[in-house]
Amino acid sequence: MRIAICIKQVPDSWAEKKMVNGLLDRVNVDVVLNDLDEYAVEEALRIAEAHGGNDEGAANSVTVISMGPERATEAVRKALSMGANNAILISDASLAGADALATSKVLASVISKIGFDLVICGTESTDARMSVVPAMIAERLGCAQLTFASAVKVDPVGQQVSITRVTEAGVDEMSGQFPAVISVVEKINEPRYPSFKGIMSAKKKTIDVMDIAAVGVTVESSWSLVLDATPRPLRAAGIKVTDDGGAANQLVTFLSEKKLI
Amino acid sequence: MSSVIILADFIGGKNTKTTAELATAAARIGDVVAVVLAPQGQGGAYAAAITQGPIHSIVVVESESFAAHGVGAAADVLAQIIVSKKPAAVLIASHAFGKEVAGRVAVKTNSGIITDAVDVSADISATQMVFGGSTTVHSKISHGTPIITVRPNSISADLKQVSPVIEALSFEVADGSKKSKITSSQAPVQGGRPELTEADIVVSGGRGTNGDFVAVEAFADSLGAAVGASRAATDAGWYPHSHQVGQTGKTVSPQLYVACGISGAIQHRAGMQTSKAIVVINKDPEAPIFEIADFGVIGDLFAVLPQATEGVLARKS
Repeated sequence: MRIAICIKQVPDSWAEKKMVNGLLDRVNVDVVLNDLDEYAVEEALRIAEAHGGNDEGAANSVTVISMGPERATEAVRKALSMGANNAILISDASLAGADALATSKVLASVISKIGFDLVICGTESTDARMSVVPAMIAERLGCAQLTFASAVKVDPVGQQVSITRVTEAGVDEMSGQFPAVISVVEKINEPRYPSFKGIMSAKKKTIDVMDIAAVGVTVESSWSLVLDATPRPLRAAGIKVTDDGGAANQLVTFLSEKKLI
Repeated sequence: MSSVIILADFIGGKNTKTTAELATAAARIGDVVAVVLAPQGQGGAYAAAITQGPIHSIVVVESESFAAHGVGAAADVLAQIIVSKKPAAVLIASHAFGKEVAGRVAVKTNSGIITDAVDVSADISATQMVFGGSTTVHSKISHGTPIITVRPNSISADLKQVSPVIEALSFEVADGSKKSKITSSQAPVQGGRPELTEADIVVSGGRGTNGDFVAVEAFADSLGAAVGASRAATDAGWYPHSHQVGQTGKTVSPQLYVACGISGAIQHRAGMQTSKAIVVINKDPEAPIFEIADFGVIGDLFAVLPQATEGVLARKS
């Protein structure tokens, strides 16, 4: 099987995020591999390992695909050190501020150019939090969308994937034929830590850095326009009481005064 | 007046209160057309369930594909309706299904998309709270038909009674939108409590519960609230992952959020700090969550919650 994983480098969840000229400042901030993409990397590796592995000459390969500034090689390298085989990074100044439509267009172009049986994504990035890119990729590729998976079963012979989809609307059992786009929820697995051997071998793995001309698509970076962005005033702390047996009553009075009960 | 399409929000065959919220926002822009995607033979019943909100007319489409192919089929039909009705904007509920439908519709109709709006104005600009609620952003779509998903519970709904004109239409779902098959579906287990993202009040428990959610649940029930949990609590297996509030879980924006035994890591705050009022109960006076509390109790949740539960029930009786 040829498996692609789509990953994104994002500001660290702990970092303070700022808008500069209507765009998220991605320069003056600590960046990491999107937490939720680690589950996608892990799931891709587990699927490969369950069906003959992805060592050189094995039946499967796992390719990391990402779009971002050159600095995103750090996040890509992490996915490689976990065990993916190779990587493609689409990096082009014209893509700064790309929205989900542009991102999905570029990723889908790369994916269809190379050809994959499975595309695995996280459910969302922790910066934009849209959770639309996997669905958009499936739409653009015209292939099965199997998203919000809490379990994935792959049958490489029958070229069939089945998943358990978990959302606020309940639990669905779903299936589709290769090629399919899967997104995996947190908790589907426990992502591995890169081993020393993995980190060393990742240094020798190829990251193919392409610009937009090499991908061969034209994109407008965004079809939405930020009018203004204002940091919200910090919430002022309110009343604070130490419980000496009477705090519960004070709390109930507070709720009642605020007409919350 | 131009029309605005909303995708009526049905979960488990039931119309949610989000439909009226979407209609309230959409009515600022134009005449509201609610699109109802129903199983074969149930279009009438689905449409009849929409009785509230400023809705001008309803378009009902019946198809077995909606249950069988989910997001792909819904997006396929909605995009065809958009092409035929040429609305000024399309508003959809901002949950997993709604966002994915919106994403595919945006691709199909060559339109810009904004997700997780907490408000939409008459000029079709959207307000979002980004970066865990720390920044307010106003934005507009610059290309195609604006596709905007709106977070449940963020717009106060105009609940006027309506009996909109109902139009039944039929559309074919393209084969390319039927590539994934839903073989079985199970509605969410509600346990009698409101859905987390729709609830007016949320009571959440964290590490401080030590895995015992009885007091948290009892207080929630006295308030008619939903129960949430911090990542520490769901990671420990104390409460189902579907109840996790925070950056990697649900984002809630209720009238009242009660955090019990939750320290308030930035990732948790990202999921709840746009709540209108925040109450904190924590033994640790240094817990960062006190910084955003309107009312904080430094104390043992196992002592405070049962008393507060009694107090609430006494006032209600």
